[in-house]
Amino acid sequence: MEDNKSVQLFIMGKAYQVPAGLTIMDAMEYAGYRFVRGAGCRSGFCGACATVYRKAGEYRLEFALACQEMVEDGMYLTQLPFTPAPRSEYALETLDPRENVLLQYYPEVARCVSCNTCTKSCPQDIEVMDYIQAALRGDVAKTAELSFDCIQCGLCTMRCPADIKHYHVAQLARRLYGRYQSPVPEHLTDRLEEIAAGTFDGEIEEMMAMSLDDLKRRYAKRTIEEGSE
Amino acid sequence: MTAERLIGGYPASMRESIEKVAASRAKRLKAGPPAPLDAAGREEILQKFHPDYKGEKKRAVKVGPSAGELMPHEVADLLEAHPVVDPASIDLAHPDLSVKVLILGGGGAGSVAALFAREEGIPTDQILITTKLRHGDCNSIMAQGGIQAADRPQDSPAIHYLDVLGGGHYTNQPELVEGLVHDAPMIIDWHERLGVMYDKVDGSYLEAHGGGTSRMRMHSAKDYTGMEIMRVLRDEVRNLGIPVLEFSPAAELLLDERGHAAGAVLYNMETEEYVVVKADAVVMATGGFGRLHIQGFPTTNHYGATADGLVLAYRAGARLIDMDSVQYHPTGVAYPAAILGQLATEKLRNQGAVPVNADGEAFVYPLEPRDVEAAAIIRECYERGKGVTTPSGVRGVWLDTPMIEEIHGKGTIKKRLAAMWMMWNRHDIDITVDPALVFPTLHYQNGGIEIKADASTQIPGLFAGGECEGGVHGKNRLMGNSLLDYNVYGRRAGRSAAGWAKEHAAGELSLAHVTAYENGLKQAKIKTDRKAPLLLPDYRSEAVRARAVRIL
Repeated sequence: MEDNKSVQLFIMGKAYQVPAGLTIMDAMEYAGYRFVRGAGCRSGFCGACATVYRKAGEYRLEFALACQEMVEDGMYLTQLPFTPAPRSEYALETLDPRENVLLQYYPEVARCVSCNTCTKSCPQDIEVMDYIQAALRGDVAKTAELSFDCIQCGLCTMRCPADIKHYHVAQLARRLYGRYQSPVPEHLTDRLEEIAAGTFDGEIEEMMAMSLDDLKRRYAKRTIEEGSE
Repeated sequence: MTAERLIGGYPASMRESIEKVAASRAKRLKAGPPAPLDAAGREEILQKFHPDYKGEKKRAVKVGPSAGELMPHEVADLLEAHPVVDPASIDLAHPDLSVKVLILGGGGAGSVAALFAREEGIPTDQILITTKLRHGDCNSIMAQGGIQAADRPQDSPAIHYLDVLGGGHYTNQPELVEGLVHDAPMIIDWHERLGVMYDKVDGSYLEAHGGGTSRMRMHSAKDYTGMEIMRVLRDEVRNLGIPVLEFSPAAELLLDERGHAAGAVLYNMETEEYVVVKADAVVMATGGFGRLHIQGFPTTNHYGATADGLVLAYRAGARLIDMDSVQYHPTGVAYPAAILGQLATEKLRNQGAVPVNADGEAFVYPLEPRDVEAAAIIRECYERGKGVTTPSGVRGVWLDTPMIEEIHGKGTIKKRLAAMWMMWNRHDIDITVDPALVFPTLHYQNGGIEIKADASTQIPGLFAGGECEGGVHGKNRLMGNSLLDYNVYGRRAGRSAAGWAKEHAAGELSLAHVTAYENGLKQAKIKTDRKAPLLLPDYRSEAVRARAVRIL
């Protein structure tokens, strides 16, 4: 991985010689591309740099994030910086998760033919087909849990023969779960009441008025709660 | 360099040290981590080893409202630079768009500001978010570890207040810290109603320590906390139909004849056109400056983090605060080289991983405030010579991640630190078995545009929220307070902007402040061909840049 030999890369079919040991994104920049689209967080969290590639001698297409995947000799690639998939609009506060909201807003999940192409195209290794099947059953919690690592790059949707908008379905499922199936802890509600009643205002005002030395002494005397969670 | 055989993702030359780390693990687990430093110990290590304390890496900026203040050269270079557009070439008489509230930046702060401007009664078609990349391509989406909020009975906003101030070396603006800690539980509650999936166990939040916290108040969503919050906010902006103009960063702020913020000149990066937007109030939510690579450091930041908003607001007359201070995250990736500088979340340490040197010795309390922790790692590598050197010559120390599995049980890393596991696993490194090599990386702009508690700036009608503003964190931010900051001050900026826009209409659009700033450069005898804002870094190879010509 960390050596100085170079590899040949075919960016949209055109050959470039780049150093080995680079990510696809760094290699494209080395070759002279200056991204406007196709680069975002550069750390694998935003999904801006969805990339389709094929290795020399292979017939299969593979899928990756350009900022995370390493270049290999003979790699043919292109980026898919945008997915023209429609999403449904909804008012979360009016939905009832007991009804099959997912199917209602995204009826095409019923078209799933279980081909598993979505799962194979996911650069996050998510069991995409399994969560679509869970969505079809109306299992919001399972859909939310299985899809949690989704960065919404859109590759699943671009590959789906049934035109399912996987990542939009998953977003709705997670929001339903977060709002309706994962109750707000009581200690938060209690704290909001205390704040509204001004319970802590006096202590904070006292510290805001304190001399620097008094504040430092108070800080030095803090007790640190034991434990890691 | 020649290709070295890799064993479990690491070259054989690094394996010897990994074995020492494994050999000392049981003993270290039993003994517990080194004790935290006292105030004097913190001060000493910062003075000697933190990059912020190297005077030669900064200079006093010569022009503008904060003239005379020390800033990193990379920031001063942008402030002492010419505008990218010639004011005379812009037609201001016929604005392309006209709105009540214009929000510059489509990251966390901008999205929150838009949602609250609407909640304050601004119609959605009278709000406009403009952003450089896509909506949500931002540092907010990359935050991993968590968000602080004092909501447990053994904690309180007052204790949170003291932690923030001590962590910031008492340089924070007290009224901004008060706002931060006061609003925190309310923000978590708002997220709950939007459907953010926070980690919970037995009906309570799973809350942990962060560096410099005295109570466990770090709320998380696995190690995708920033992504989970950002994708929900973005989804809500889309549900409400709030317009977002992507790939259209602001190139200049517009003022009116009274000196009030009145809109912006945008630059469509794809068509290379300018777009004039007139607005009654403007929210600056342009984020930070990691891509300036201060002192040559790699960065955790997203591609567009180039301090554009600082430059624009400064030219228009806004003061900057605490710009001499930069946050280096203690644990950026040091190996493999392909992901150098990417974030190794502090959550790894709050779950039990401890920094360990080449000989397998722990040398620092794992949850010091970030600047102290970073300084200790630099000392270990460069003064004590106990770092590990990679084949490409980078030095780092081990973050002993297998400790997490020992403390919390097998499978914990894949469950709670899924993003981290995947990041290294893509390079054949299994952090449940082997430690990870880390070194400080440029992470956060501690300072920024000076604001008051209502997120107003010195420029009437201009409000700021998130990383582009300063004062909340003083000279050092604690983990979990950036996600909180952009929510608290994004909200306040959105509400304040809405309130202002209801009572003030923008007057005649002007770029006179830009011309005046140019005159200031001349008077300060600054001769340069630098232009700002930067908009995007240029990572093309030297060979390509040397031969680049512009024909089309």
